[in-house]
Amino acid sequence: MAALSPDATLIPDDSTIHVSVTRKVFAAAGGRDEQHVLNNVAFDVAPRSFLILTGPSGCGKSTLLNIIAGLDKDFEGSIDLGTSRDHMAFIFQSPRLLPWRTVYENIALVLPEGDLRHAKIPEMLERVGLTQAANAYPERISLGMQRRAALARGFILDPQILLMDEPFVSLDDPTAQSLRELVIELWNRQPTTVIFVTHDRAEAVQLGTRILRMSAGQATVVQDATVGLSLEERRDRAAVVREQMRIFGTF
Amino acid sequence: MAPVSTQNSLILKPAKGGLIRSPALLRLGWSLGSLLVLGLIWQLAADFAQNRYFPSPAAVFSVLGQEAMAGELFTHVGATLLRVVMAFAVAMFLGSAIGLILGRFKIADKFFDPWLILLLNLPALVIISLSYVWLGMNGTAAVVAVAINQIPNVAVTMREGARSLSRDLSEMANVYKFGWRKAFLHVTIPQLAPFLAAAARSGLALVWKIVLVVEALGGSGRGVGYQIYIAFGEFDVTKILAYALAFIIIVQIIETLALQPIQARVNRWRR
Repeated sequence: MAALSPDATLIPDDSTIHVSVTRKVFAAAGGRDEQHVLNNVAFDVAPRSFLILTGPSGCGKSTLLNIIAGLDKDFEGSIDLGTSRDHMAFIFQSPRLLPWRTVYENIALVLPEGDLRHAKIPEMLERVGLTQAANAYPERISLGMQRRAALARGFILDPQILLMDEPFVSLDDPTAQSLRELVIELWNRQPTTVIFVTHDRAEAVQLGTRILRMSAGQATVVQDATVGLSLEERRDRAAVVREQMRIFGTF
Repeated sequence: MAPVSTQNSLILKPAKGGLIRSPALLRLGWSLGSLLVLGLIWQLAADFAQNRYFPSPAAVFSVLGQEAMAGELFTHVGATLLRVVMAFAVAMFLGSAIGLILGRFKIADKFFDPWLILLLNLPALVIISLSYVWLGMNGTAAVVAVAINQIPNVAVTMREGARSLSRDLSEMANVYKFGWRKAFLHVTIPQLAPFLAAAARSGLALVWKIVLVVEALGGSGRGVGYQIYIAFGEFDVTKILAYALAFIIIVQIIETLALQPIQARVNRWRR
């Protein structure tokens, strides 16, 4: 099988994403000094590539993702999402489901009323293994299941850009691993541009087609690597470790 | 939206033993039993005291029956209930609006907080007197006076609610393009529901008590407050207790049949 990347070297079309953050500063607050978090971070993201943003914790990865999502508008630079702007999904670090709505309702709520995709919700629930939990309230199911619901909510939109902020932290290893495989499966079925933030290098190599590594303190991009793993190799621990060694020089 | 019909196999409800399975019925049983004991103690004490200023529950219920038969009870309770409903609605609406604005906008909060504290500490009697002086001895003044008494309490509760709104969820609604209507219905209101319920329950309890004082002071012909005021003039303790009882029963019915079920419904998602 060919490499997982659906050719990332195509001529950029209007759905190429251009990110350029020249400066991002958090004002001093609550006894903390002013913080200069991002400095000249610029990159393009080709359509349907799975881009990983990685780096030490606190380096500003999540801040960058919030800027790309338009949640944080207080920065110097420009974000051009092209045609993807109106077709965005964001899978947060915590599931951020509405606790007073059922799993089914949480997914249905991101769709406009009368949208044809409402009919696809049962199929999506089945794909993420939540058919039995459709009518359960989020606080009554496990964190792993809540994360599955958050994935279903993101993918039901068939987004052109999918932003993910460490969506598998604080899960036990087998659960996190099964969710990673679920993401690979969903992404293969619905190839979309993904920007995925993680500090976990194995996860970065296993999921991504391209990895951007950021430095600590006034973060900037220090490494831009392409992952050369096939779909099968991503499920092979040894292959992942080898690729991790090649890209990061350590694991 | 069409819910999927699946068994809620994940929702574990502990099966409680005993004859009465429904928690609502069980609670009602306890309440009735406890009230029955209270009535019994009252009856025994009245029998022992043998004093016309300390009537027995039987005497009170008998007067209640007479007033009901004569139609007097319904006229006065109806008039008072109408004032309660109007004052309650106005206070909930304005209090919530003020509370939400203060909770969302720091500058408004900084500026208006001293006003709120002033209003909170203004004695009910002062508000009532001034309303009658400024607006005249009429029904509008009565409703305005009661509402003004209640607005700061509602505002303070709802301000806490607005301050506690989750930023995480509003970001989620923003990213997924909920729009203001969907965000208000599915994100904001459910978060405010416990605060609304708390404001409504404490509000109802306060409003009807103040309405009686307003009616007594206003000297309008109709209303439970006015009847109690007249009975007080005649030292007719039995009648005072009969009207008080009538109103307690009605407020309890509203509480049990409306407020509690609403609260149970909005909380059903909680673990």
